Amino acid sequence: MEFEAVIGLEIHAELSTKSKIFCGCTTEFGGEVNTHCCPVCLGLPGALPVLNKAVVDYAIKAGIALNCNINKETYMARKNYFYPDAPKNYQITQHETPLCSEGFVEVETEEGLKKIRIERIHIEEDAGKALHEGDASFIDFNRSGVPLIEIVTRPDMRSPQEARMFFEKLRSILLYTEVSDCKMQEGSLRCDANVSIRPKGSKEFGVKTEIKNMNSFKALEKALEFEIERQINAVRNGERIVQETRRWDESKGQTIVMRSKEEAHDYRYFPEPDMVYLVVDDNWIEDIKSNMPELPDQKRKRYIENYNLPEYDAEIITASKELAAFFEEAVANGGNPKSISNWIMGEVLRTLNDREMEITDVKFKPADLVKLIELVEKGTISNTIAKKVFADMFETGKQPEKIVEEKGLVQISDEGAIRDIVNKVLDENPQSIEDFKNGKTKAMGFLVGQIMKASKGKANPQLVNKLLDEEIRKR
Amino acid sequence: MHFKYAHEIKDLLIKKEVSAEEVVKSSIERIKEVDGKIDAFLEVFEEDAIENAKSVDKKIANGEEVGALAGIPMAIKDNICLKNQKTTCASKILENFTSPYDATVVRKLKESDAIIIGRLNMDEFAMGSSTENSSIKKTKNPYDLERVPGGSSGGSAASVAAGEVYFSLGSDTGGSIRQPASLCGVVGFKPTYGRVSRYGLVAFASSLDQIGPFTRDVEDCALVLNTICGKDNLDSTSANVDVEDFTTYLNKDIKGIRVGLPKEYFGEGIDEGVKREVEKAVEALKLLGAEVKEISLPMSKYSLPVYYILSSSEASSNLARFDGIRYGYRADEFEDLVDLYVKSRSIGFGSEVKRRIMLGTYALSSGYYDAYYKKALKVKRLIIEEFKRAFEEVDLIVSPTSPSVAFKFGEKADDPLKMYLSDVCTVPVNIAGLPAVSMPVGLSEGLPVGLQIIGNYFQEGKILSLASSIEKIVNFNARPLI
Repeated sequence: MEFEAVIGLEIHAELSTKSKIFCGCTTEFGGEVNTHCCPVCLGLPGALPVLNKAVVDYAIKAGIALNCNINKETYMARKNYFYPDAPKNYQITQHETPLCSEGFVEVETEEGLKKIRIERIHIEEDAGKALHEGDASFIDFNRSGVPLIEIVTRPDMRSPQEARMFFEKLRSILLYTEVSDCKMQEGSLRCDANVSIRPKGSKEFGVKTEIKNMNSFKALEKALEFEIERQINAVRNGERIVQETRRWDESKGQTIVMRSKEEAHDYRYFPEPDMVYLVVDDNWIEDIKSNMPELPDQKRKRYIENYNLPEYDAEIITASKELAAFFEEAVANGGNPKSISNWIMGEVLRTLNDREMEITDVKFKPADLVKLIELVEKGTISNTIAKKVFADMFETGKQPEKIVEEKGLVQISDEGAIRDIVNKVLDENPQSIEDFKNGKTKAMGFLVGQIMKASKGKANPQLVNKLLDEEIRKR
Repeated sequence: MHFKYAHEIKDLLIKKEVSAEEVVKSSIERIKEVDGKIDAFLEVFEEDAIENAKSVDKKIANGEEVGALAGIPMAIKDNICLKNQKTTCASKILENFTSPYDATVVRKLKESDAIIIGRLNMDEFAMGSSTENSSIKKTKNPYDLERVPGGSSGGSAASVAAGEVYFSLGSDTGGSIRQPASLCGVVGFKPTYGRVSRYGLVAFASSLDQIGPFTRDVEDCALVLNTICGKDNLDSTSANVDVEDFTTYLNKDIKGIRVGLPKEYFGEGIDEGVKREVEKAVEALKLLGAEVKEISLPMSKYSLPVYYILSSSEASSNLARFDGIRYGYRADEFEDLVDLYVKSRSIGFGSEVKRRIMLGTYALSSGYYDAYYKKALKVKRLIIEEFKRAFEEVDLIVSPTSPSVAFKFGEKADDPLKMYLSDVCTVPVNIAGLPAVSMPVGLSEGLPVGLQIIGNYFQEGKILSLASSIEKIVNFNARPLI
């Protein structure tokens, strides 16, 4: 029997507001322990929460970007549970009335564009952090009260790859809107997954397990692959899947049980009596709508329509806001969009990946890339040389003309000079001439290589081909 | 001097006939003299108080402007946070908690140059109607040391009644200002929900709690309300309503004012003596030209169950933070984290508090939420609507505050349900979030009887108007013999 996976994600994103959700303390990451705290975020007796308006702005912005309805009258709720780093032993969140609901994200899958539905986005507060040293435990409350949005999808994903693509797309949208800095290594973007399996074609849902706190795209994909495989094997062995919470152990490469359903909490949700209803009016929503940046999907469509970029190029370049900005600045400097895209998709991204760097780390300017492309198009340097110049630009941030000039890399287009080199190489390689005449075309390639080597790569390749052809016929 | 009014002291200070230092010292003397019998105070800040009084005197001497309550000794219920002082809620679990910040009302009192002279006893976490639930000591009624002062603000009421301070602050969740004011023969005002910031008040039931003053007369009450009312950006439930000068409402003609007597508040369970004194006050109102008529508030009978569901539910959540982890009492020995929570809370909380946490946890649990909590919210809505309709017919509503005069220690302590009935006339007001005052109108068996005046939302002024007129006519001038 063939199985398919059913995957839903719950994603927590820390909002980029300057102050916390219910008080004026800073949300800055790091800082000496327990220095970004006040009675409110410490949950001291008598302290009361006051909702930060910027948190609502950010959450609405995320809701609009993810095609959600913005719910105009909502309230905060208390989720009650005892936990040492939760200072009030309840979390202020939203329960029955999330701020945003019923949205979607479009993801380019192998079977084409697919809509992953979003059930809800709600706002809530983060907890503190427990620190353990030997036998002792300490708590740092700097993170307590940092605003979060929780984004909950419908179970619309059918493979780990799809889940990963969705998560990547979501991150890109959150980054475009500047709602969150999405730094996964700092925990500002976290992902839980609900996953079950069922016979392919079935409409029923199987028993699901929840995998907690995956903090990279790779972890999400690997954990889901493992868990789906585990569930399939279990079913094939006649075992029953039990509803439970698991975590991903990166080093072991497997998911491990954290707790089973028997220990499930009764959170005793009820409306937060320390707060009034949150009322959002049309003007508030319109105001945010009118200040929305261009989102990745809109950008992608524009690149295809205005710049004739292939779908694939447009998708890759728009996936990162910074990369798209780099591309657009290059285009604005008069470059040919397709040539720029070729360079970005090729040398630029390859070098960045090799060095594990971001586009924002590069030393050269988009205009320099345009100049490099012009040097090739004018025939000043060859494509091969251009790659060397690029490597230099990447390293030093120098302008391409300067590098070409300093290193004397200008292409040799003087027929006489090239003809001399051609003849010299032919003189040195009589066997190759013989081979060529016997129909071994490979010999031609070898000779071209030798000529380019002798010219230190500077010979104009078209001329080399033309003159070699002429000279070899004479022999 | 002990039984003068705050406004009289204020006049004497301004005329420089007395110094703040003298006033404060005399209060401290009085406390030393009588508090051993009454046990209203948990702590007296003697040095701080004298220091603060001296600086007020200096300001007056230099001709600087002083605040509206300058130099007047007062005290606060021990659930209101005062920076660098203990705030214990008369509990074991917070017995060693020192607040690092001031409640908004404390900040306002300091700005008005009032002298905060100490912390007052209460029922643990403000749960109770007799101050017998304090984990520290029992406060006695100054009129009869065998009797309770009422609760939960028993210390706040007794300290004012006994002439220890000129006014005090308490908190009222189901009647905890009005009922002890009634039992101790002083004026106790519960403002409209949201009128006074709750920031820094250790929460019992967030949607019902309200801070308010205890004073010896209505004018003092207006004076204190002037200081403590107003919008606070640190409390999102705080109301953005202008605060008028409440003293302008005093001594006004009340002719034609429509007063409703809800028949349900005069029925079964109300002591004859209480009824008699309240009815005398009503007769006085008629003499002053008020239009008195009987009204009906049938939904009020559901107030007590609604109150116990809502307040206990909120309390179970509000009190969850007291877990022995970060501050307050922690059990000496424990096995693991859960054991630490269980032992600290089992030992740290008293039985009344535990009873309500259990009740609230039950009412909020997923299987019973709809049947109890949600249903209670619906009935709350009906009670509010009933009051709204009543206030289309009348300007103010008048009733007894407490069904009985002060009762003896132990009389109701073993029967929680009997004790809960002490608040039967006051609880509906909290459910609806309305303002109400209790003022003394007479004695029954030598013990004070309180009259409750309920007003529409933000009509504190109207209540004070009626109260000041009644005050003049009934001329309650009893003093405890202590």
